[in-house]
Amino acid sequence: MTVGLVIVSHSAKVAEGVVELAGQMAEEVRVLAAGGADGGEIGTSATKIAAAIEAADSGDGALVLVDLGSAVLSARMAIEELVGDEYRERVRISEGPLVEGAVIGAVQASTGSSLDEVDQAATRAATMRKAKD
Amino acid sequence: MFSTEQAVAWVRRTAAVIEEHATELTKLDAAIGDGDHGTNMARGFRTVLQRLDGLPDDATVAAVFKAVSMALIGKVGGASGPLYGSFYLAMGRSLGDQAEVDDAALAAGLRAGLDGVVARGKAQLEDKTMIDALHPALEALDAALADGKELGSALDAAEAGARKGVAATIPLVARKGRASYLGERSRDHQDPGATSSHLILEALADVVNGR
Repeated sequence: MTVGLVIVSHSAKVAEGVVELAGQMAEEVRVLAAGGADGGEIGTSATKIAAAIEAADSGDGALVLVDLGSAVLSARMAIEELVGDEYRERVRISEGPLVEGAVIGAVQASTGSSLDEVDQAATRAATMRKAKD
Repeated sequence: MFSTEQAVAWVRRTAAVIEEHATELTKLDAAIGDGDHGTNMARGFRTVLQRLDGLPDDATVAAVFKAVSMALIGKVGGASGPLYGSFYLAMGRSLGDQAEVDDAALAAGLRAGLDGVVARGKAQLEDKTMIDALHPALEALDAALADGKELGSALDAAEAGARKGVAATIPLVARKGRASYLGERSRDHQDPGATSSHLILEALADVVNGR
């Protein structure tokens, strides 16, 4: 299997959209959405994130991509307090941008790369050139 | 002594007070944040009330706080979810499975809760956060208990400490959370998180004092 990805956004729709985009590039990678609070309201939920981490991790670890603010706090809470011990050691919160990091991270994961390599690839997405030659 | 009944009464009172002040909290947050603190907290505590109904009759004080934590981290949505979630979780953990909690244990539990918030949010005093209400309150609580005051009057001292702490957030420039994006423009506003922390401690003082 491969490293899995968890997409945390304040908006459930954003998270699902990013999953759709990343999945198009790397069908075999587990990419799970954890967007919105538990009732789907704008916000983040540590319980939802913890469940997604456990579902995304097939044994090779999971990278969590976050948008901003409480997404980081909720993801940290999920990792430190809620996921099973075996998952805690192989999960990381990415510094990378949500959309680009997810797409590039998923592509990297699909090649069978390690969690370190997927994490680095998603981080590099922050400085990727887009419009300038 | 602090019993499970009092813990439940405290949480129920908190839910009522948060609901009552939801508009005020949201208004404070709209000035320097994303304008959802009151609605988020009210939604979280509505779920808390449902979870309390599901607790067994012989639940410990710790179990009550654990249930509060789990409801808040899933339902609040904003940063106050994991922050207050950490407060109640650490408090519950500190109390362990004691059936009744003595005054010193309750004070230690509240202190553990504050430490939990600090560990989660990495904020310091005068960053214009919840901590600016919780810290002076717990200092006042410890001092009153050390003076031999009864729990009720010690909690009144804590409430007064929190109230002063809230007022002291007004001139501060925010250094954590969304308000920190505003820099100098966050000055001259009362912090919504400190305000809700004061409401929570006021509810505790009121319940213990039979008000």
